[in-house]
Amino acid sequence: MINREAGVFQTSYRSDMALYTLPLAKMTVWATLGLLLILPLPLSLAHNAHAMSIVNTIALAAISAIGLNILNGYTGQISLGQGAYMAVGGYTAAILSSRYGMPFWFGILAGGSMAALVGTLFGIPSLRIKGLYLAIATLAAQLIIEWTINHVRWIGGGAQSSIYVDTPTFLGLAFNSEFRRYYLILVFFLLAYFAAQNLVRSRVGRAFIAIRDRDVAAEIIGVNIFKYKLIAFAVSSFYAGVAGALWTYYLRIANYENFNLGVSIEYLTMIIIGGLGSVLGAVLGAIFIKLLPIVLDLSVISIAKGIFGIPYESVANFLANFQLLIFGALIIIFLIAEPEGLARLWENVKRYFRLWPYSY
Amino acid sequence: MRLCRWLVGCLVLVSVVSVGSVVPAVADEIVIGGQCDRTGPTKSVGIQLCPGVLDYVKLVNKQGGVKGHTLRYIEVEHGYKVDRGVEAYERLKRDGAVALLDYGTPIVYALTPRHMEDKLPGLTPGFGRADSTDGGRYPYIFPMAASYWSQAGAAMQFLKEKGAKKGTKIAYLFYDNPAGREPLPIFNRICELEGYECRDFAVPAPGVEMASQVLDITRRMRADWVVGHLFGNAPSVSIKEFQKNGFPLDKVVSLVWGAGEEDMKTAGWDTAQGYLGMQFAGVGRDFPVIQDIIKMYQAEKQEVPEYVGWVYYNRGVLIAALMVEGIRLAIEHEGLPVTGEKVKKGYERIKDFTLGGFLPPLSVIPDDHEGGGWVRIYQTKGEKLVPFTDWFRGYRDIVLDEVKKAGKAEEKK
Repeated sequence: MINREAGVFQTSYRSDMALYTLPLAKMTVWATLGLLLILPLPLSLAHNAHAMSIVNTIALAAISAIGLNILNGYTGQISLGQGAYMAVGGYTAAILSSRYGMPFWFGILAGGSMAALVGTLFGIPSLRIKGLYLAIATLAAQLIIEWTINHVRWIGGGAQSSIYVDTPTFLGLAFNSEFRRYYLILVFFLLAYFAAQNLVRSRVGRAFIAIRDRDVAAEIIGVNIFKYKLIAFAVSSFYAGVAGALWTYYLRIANYENFNLGVSIEYLTMIIIGGLGSVLGAVLGAIFIKLLPIVLDLSVISIAKGIFGIPYESVANFLANFQLLIFGALIIIFLIAEPEGLARLWENVKRYFRLWPYSY
Repeated sequence: MRLCRWLVGCLVLVSVVSVGSVVPAVADEIVIGGQCDRTGPTKSVGIQLCPGVLDYVKLVNKQGGVKGHTLRYIEVEHGYKVDRGVEAYERLKRDGAVALLDYGTPIVYALTPRHMEDKLPGLTPGFGRADSTDGGRYPYIFPMAASYWSQAGAAMQFLKEKGAKKGTKIAYLFYDNPAGREPLPIFNRICELEGYECRDFAVPAPGVEMASQVLDITRRMRADWVVGHLFGNAPSVSIKEFQKNGFPLDKVVSLVWGAGEEDMKTAGWDTAQGYLGMQFAGVGRDFPVIQDIIKMYQAEKQEVPEYVGWVYYNRGVLIAALMVEGIRLAIEHEGLPVTGEKVKKGYERIKDFTLGGFLPPLSVIPDDHEGGGWVRIYQTKGEKLVPFTDWFRGYRDIVLDEVKKAGKAEEKK
């Protein structure tokens, strides 16, 4: 009753092709956007920069996760190089900003473009190999890029392989607090999200899905899989580069150790938990993977202290490893409950309210 | 469906408990904090270092606190990940910490701008950025123990005293990441100055395979001395490799993170005999502060853990002792309430702080946040580490020159 299409008539092609056609969906999206815009206000009144930093981390992860979802979820190309492409974007932005004094928006766009270039290069093997073999080839990308940044002085900036950037400024306003940096990240997150939503509904997106489902059939009906696979790698790496550049401006440093193999695998986990083949799923997965360890860290310790009265010192090791155990167990439990991820859980909720109060 | 409802219920419970876990600071309590790695790549260090910090804070509280105020040390697990390190920093800042331990070189790099902005001093003993020795450029980062540059300088000084002369072959075996590469400029400069024949050998991550490098060092290059800069699982592998190739371990000097008891144990105590390791805090149990901690355990009828007195545990005690001393000096000279800026000034007043021979005579001044760059070399004999030299430092002029050069390079950018 709530989520019904009945009674909603589109009177123009433009409104028919809109991203959200139901009035309920439109209202929800506008309300969410409004909430996102005013989110820093209550937090800054409570002087809670800690919560803001968590939101910032999640938003940054979401941008990269959306990119990986385009490649892995929509085009079916497994990629273990997401962390490396983020590093490429990060270092490009850092070099341009620190050595050549470019503003941050140029650094971000240039970082994305450079990462797209590098990603396309490492995506060329995808024309000959698929699946797990491609995963190994992209793993090579991760290791080669890390090694290059470490050893080429011009890129890495010396023995420490890290480059500092000044706090980014826009029209005289410096992004020097978590709340201001939130708005910087929010702009790029919203651009990334809606661009991805529109991309997957377009001709290019349908080509991606065709390649994922049955690439031989796609090739037969005329989809140029060479071109579209490379486009998928390029777009996904662009997202990763933008996310990496934003990380550089957020931390004020570019350091490839922030983007190691563990990070690449973390992003794969995010899109698997969130739901392959769904842009919202990538965002939900990012929230889940980034927020859960922090929540576990806070709650396990306070439960141990509060309910069981155990002092931290004697069980610190156990608690730290116990959190990892719970984290892994929750991932397994979630995947058993809904193998298609959190996005599918949300779809189930929407479907329930489509028929509510009837059950079928 | 029932599973889903149960799952959602669990998540709600956990979130509610975690939000309610913000414990407000009790007035009269001084909060300090730090990150810890008990589950990540350096967990072999973290599971000894972090209890060292906690035990010393407990000892200080039992002895009446710092000038009558109890200390609360908040430890946040970050698994050596930078984004969790940033979240840990923000959480500690929210909870009112006035002094922090930054655990891990990449985390130090990432948090340096925040320390400057928020005026909270961060301790990075024995790792971190070597150029943070210059307290003028980095007022809120305190290495407070020999940085990697000072360690390299001291190692080369030790080799010189042991008879290295023009033409001596020295190999530098290091872990191929920024922390491992950091001493290279010092190493190369001293080699050029003294006319040694030097070569460096990189061990790629995760550092468990170095057979070809060690073969090269021992058979092809036939090095006279080896300076090792490995950490994590790598040191024990290197000990075994050297022994396999018949290279005398008393010609191998390891920088500070490659000579822990666990490394010797893993390699085998009889394999590791003669191995030389650099330390920046005393090793062993016969120091008054360690004896006090042991007495504290015995008073609580608890078993004294095996690692009390070991290398990394003692470094944890050192870290906590430095924080406490800084806060004590801050209260003495700047008064209450304690803030990050006052603790920074307190750190810069630390003079001749030895904690009963546990530490070298540390003197921190605004221009030298390292405290002098003192180290000591211990040798593996039997199943313990015994002192091989007294506190010393080396090539201080070259190290300080590099610090100045790094500062100028940063300024030009």
